[in-house]
Order: sequence, then C-alpha cells, then structure tokens
Amino acid sequence: MTAPSSTPPITNPQVLALLRQKARKRAVLIVVALLFAALVMALPVIAIFARAFQEGFEVYSANITTPDTLHAIWLTVLTALIVLPINLIYGIAVSWAIVHYRFPGRRALQIIIELPFSISPIVAGLCYLLIYGATGVVGSWLDGWDIQLMFNLFGIVLVSLFVTCPFVARELIPLMEISGQDQEEAALTLGATGWQTFRHVTLPKIKWALLYGAILANARVIGEFGAVSVVSGNIRGETMTLPLQVQLLYNDYNATGAFAAATVLTVIAVITLVLRSTIEARHPHEHA
Amino acid sequence: MRKTLLAAVGAAFLFTAPASASDNAPKEILNVSYDIARELYAAINPKFQAYWKDKTGQDIDIKQSHAGSSKQARAIMQGLKADIVTFNQVLDVQVLADRGGFVSKSWQQDLPNNASPYFSLPAFLVREGNPKGIKDWSDLVRDDVKLVFPNPKTSGNARYTYLAAYAYALEQNGGDDAKAREFVGKLLSNVAVFDTGGRGATTSFVEREIGDVLITFEAEVENIRAKYGEDEYQRVVPSISLLAEFPVALVKKVAEKRGSVDVSKAYLDYLYSEEAQEIIASFNNRVHNETVKAKYAENFPEVRLIRVEDVFGSWDKANKTHFAEGGVLDQVFTGN
Repeated sequence: MTAPSSTPPITNPQVLALLRQKARKRAVLIVVALLFAALVMALPVIAIFARAFQEGFEVYSANITTPDTLHAIWLTVLTALIVLPINLIYGIAVSWAIVHYRFPGRRALQIIIELPFSISPIVAGLCYLLIYGATGVVGSWLDGWDIQLMFNLFGIVLVSLFVTCPFVARELIPLMEISGQDQEEAALTLGATGWQTFRHVTLPKIKWALLYGAILANARVIGEFGAVSVVSGNIRGETMTLPLQVQLLYNDYNATGAFAAATVLTVIAVITLVLRSTIEARHPHEHA
Repeated sequence: MRKTLLAAVGAAFLFTAPASASDNAPKEILNVSYDIARELYAAINPKFQAYWKDKTGQDIDIKQSHAGSSKQARAIMQGLKADIVTFNQVLDVQVLADRGGFVSKSWQQDLPNNASPYFSLPAFLVREGNPKGIKDWSDLVRDDVKLVFPNPKTSGNARYTYLAAYAYALEQNGGDDAKAREFVGKLLSNVAVFDTGGRGATTSFVEREIGDVLITFEAEVENIRAKYGEDEYQRVVPSISLLAEFPVALVKKVAEKRGSVDVSKAYLDYLYSEEAQEIIASFNNRVHNETVKAKYAENFPEVRLIRVEDVFGSWDKANKTHFAEGGVLDQVFTGN
C-alpha cells in the first residue's frame, strides 16, 4: 500500500487525486472502527473496573468475599463444570449420528439442535417451568415422588444445557462432513476397536473444533441470565448465579458490590476471548 | 444421547435428595419475599434465630428469596418450596389461596391487621429545598411539574400511585368519576419517563436527574435519601394516600409436608413482636405496635390513608376496571 522510496515519484494529477481519496477513505474507516470499538466495547469494560475499585481495593475485596457473592461464583463455576462434559458428549454423539448415519428424522434433528439459538432464553426458561414445574406435565408426576427439578441446581443446569447444547455440534458437524470417515474405516479394517478408532483417529481430527465449541458454550453458561432467572427461585446464597447476583446487588443499591461481581464475569470473559484467539491463531482452518 | 440422559437423571437424584430429606425438626425455612425487602429481613432473621434458639433450643436457618412478588407467587405454584411468603401485593397472596390451596382461604384473618405486620403509602421524593413547592397531589398536575414513576401496566408500585391519585381526585370532586379521570390523565401526561419498575424509576430520577418528583413508597423514599444523600432530597407526604399493605402468610401446603409449620408460624408471629416492629420501623415502614409507633412518631408525618377496598371495591375490581386492556388507564392515556 505504501510506495517504496525507490520508485519514482508519481506526478500524474489524476493518480494523485485517486491516491489522496484512497488515503482519506482509509483514515475515515480506521477512525470509525477504532472509535466504535472504544466507545461500544472497551469503555464499558473499563467503566466496570473503575466503578468496582472506586472505593478502593479493600471495599472491592470485601464485596467479592461476601458469602453470597462467593457462593454465586461457586455456583456459576459448578454449573459450568456439570454442563461442559455433558455438552461435549452430546455434541460428539449428535454430530457423529448426523454426519455418518442416514436415518428417518435426520433432517428434523439437524433443525432441532439449532433451535436453542433462535429461542429467547427467557422463553426457554418458561418452557422448562411449564414442563418440569410442579404443575407441569413431567413435573407434577415427579412431584408425586417428591422430586423437584426446578428452583435448584438441577433446574439451572437443565436450562444452561438447553441454551448451550448447539455450540459443540455446530463446530463439529461441518468439520466431520469435510473430513469424511475414510480414516475411521481404515482403522476399523485394520482391527482397531471402536474406542481405539475414536481415541486415535477421530479425536485428534476434531479436538480443536471440540475445544472451540466448548469455550463458546462455557462463556454462554457463565453469562446466561434470562433462562436461569426464570428457574432459579432466587434463593440467596443458594440458587443465585453470578449474573443474577449482579442484578440483585444493583437492585439493592449496592452498585459497588454489583460492579465487583461484574468484574469476575468480565475476567472470565476476557480469559475466554484470549483462549479463543489463541486457538483461532494456531488452527485457523480446523474449525470451519 | 443415552449417556446424557442417564447422567441427567442421575444428577437429578443426586441434587434433589438432600433437599427433600426432612428430619423431625426442620433445619431451615424459606421466606419468599418481594424484591426490595432484602435488607429488612437480613436484619430481622438473626434476631428471630436467637429468639427461637432461646425458646426451643433449636437452630434454624432462614433462607431468603427476593424477586417481584407476582413472579414469586408463580414460582411457588410451580414448585418453589416456600414455607412463608412476605409480599407487597395482597393479590399475590390471594392467588396462592385461590389456586392449589397453598395458603389458607382465611389467611387475612389468621394474623392481625389483615395479616399485614407493617404498611406504607405512596409518597413523594423531591429535590433539595423543594424548588417546585410540591405539597400535595394537586401540585403534580401543574404544567411546570415533571414526574417520574414506573409504568402502572408493569409495576405494582405504580398502581398504588395511580390509584392514590385517583382516590384523591374523587374526594376533591365529590366522587365525580369524569373529573377523577381527567385528573389522572393530566398526572400521566406529566410523567417524564415511564420505567418498567421502581428501581429503574429511581435511576431516572437520581442518576439521570430527570423530573421534579419521584413517586414511590414512603419507605423507599427514605431508602433513596439514605443512599443518595439526605440533604439532596426531601420527602413530601401528601394529605391523602393509599394504604399499602405488606401481607404475610404461611404456605401450609409446603410447611405441612416439611414439618415446619410451628417454626414458620412463630416467624410470622414474631414479625408483630415489639422487637421486630422496631426493626421494621427503622427501615421506614409504618407499624401498628403502639410503643414503637410513639418512639418513631416524628419519622412518620400524619396522613389520612384510604383502603383500596373502600374506594375501588377490591384489588381485583380495581385491576379489572383500571389496568386491564382497554381499562380506564388505557382510556385516559390515549385521551391525551
């Protein structure tokens, strides 16, 4: 784009005008992009930290270490720890089924697994309440057995699964479709067991896509508000996840506490972003 | 897929088992409450725990759940295991009595003062020095006054405001319905911003500095002054306002099953004790206990309170007439 010094200077006025125009466009675009990024993305994040530390580090750490906020952090991590492995297993299973087998309902399955992306989380939460709540179809039957699915960790895990289950499959299906199953067939004909084939042939092929999907799903679990809010029951120190805790503290006029809790969410988000960029940089073509 | 299902079912038993295991003496009860009562109950609970330990020798843990009280009532019907409810809307307790028998039909007679241990009323918050000279509802319809309160369609708090203004106008005009409608129509047209809830309205008034008057419960008015500066804001109590009850009830359907009836009832009774009433009054709620009332008299200016039942028949009726689709609220709104 920039002319090396060895080339003779351009004198044609038309070309010069064109170049000037190009430079102007370039400058305008760069300024707009930077301004937008600064105002819309960077500034609010900085504001969170500024507000959280406004009254000093002591107040900040006191806010983070209140039992309720600590419990909210723990509950959020616990939810992610439960949801993630289930997501991985489900993601691999459903992708494998869709890519390698032909069966009635396959098209429908392909559409259904994408459903959570197009349903508003709050509606998803209400759907679960309608089915698994004490007056719901399944919930009322379970209630007879004294089994409660909503307003506890299980309900939170359930809706978190719903909102995150497409992520892994979405990464895996295109990749599996491209790479086919020749290698797996070769491994099988050479006498490998199903597990060996998966472990040594399939997994190395899909591991980056798998990780990428998992990171996206994880970010979603941790940040989910709407669906969780409906089924949580809002019991303090028991069923409050971090995003709910942030709202609760804010409503209590404890802005510093709310922003302190928000910094935890932000830090997790930034770690996710870094992990994601690292994977993208190292394996740009492996997760279509 | 099968693995996922198995894991999920396994997890279900794992997580629900400890919660549903109940001993003879309950270890904890759950108080399901409205959204802005957190600090109040956080102050009451340790006192009750000490009282209960003293009386029975048992340790009791009180869990709190706070959200909008309509949302909470729905959650209880869907299986949230509340032993007691402490709400800010009578209808939200009534619905628990009407549907599924969670609460006794006679809940309002089971405890003193319509099962409402404390009460409040819509009052005004104005800026320092009361620059617009706001004294009563009639000042709120002046052309130079801008108001902030939430949307009565979505906020219970704002319904009190709307009905209080309506009741005031009825009184001023000898019960003339048309004049009262005109009055609330003018009031609504003076609103600078309609937020969906009380917290949003507070933000608009205090942080965005919109409007001359914020209308909300008296207790909330004082909470806002305490948080944002006693000197920067003033409370104005109008001549007439609407009685806002804070009803409480035993969720007997849950408590009987969990064996927590005794301690739950004791908790509700405790809310009427002098000790608890004093805490409640210190949070700027009005109480019935005479000793506490005398002690906090100067915090609570005289005001004539009207009951919704006396002016509008019942909450149910008021809702149908005023807030339903095409009701009076919609009519006066479009009339502007």
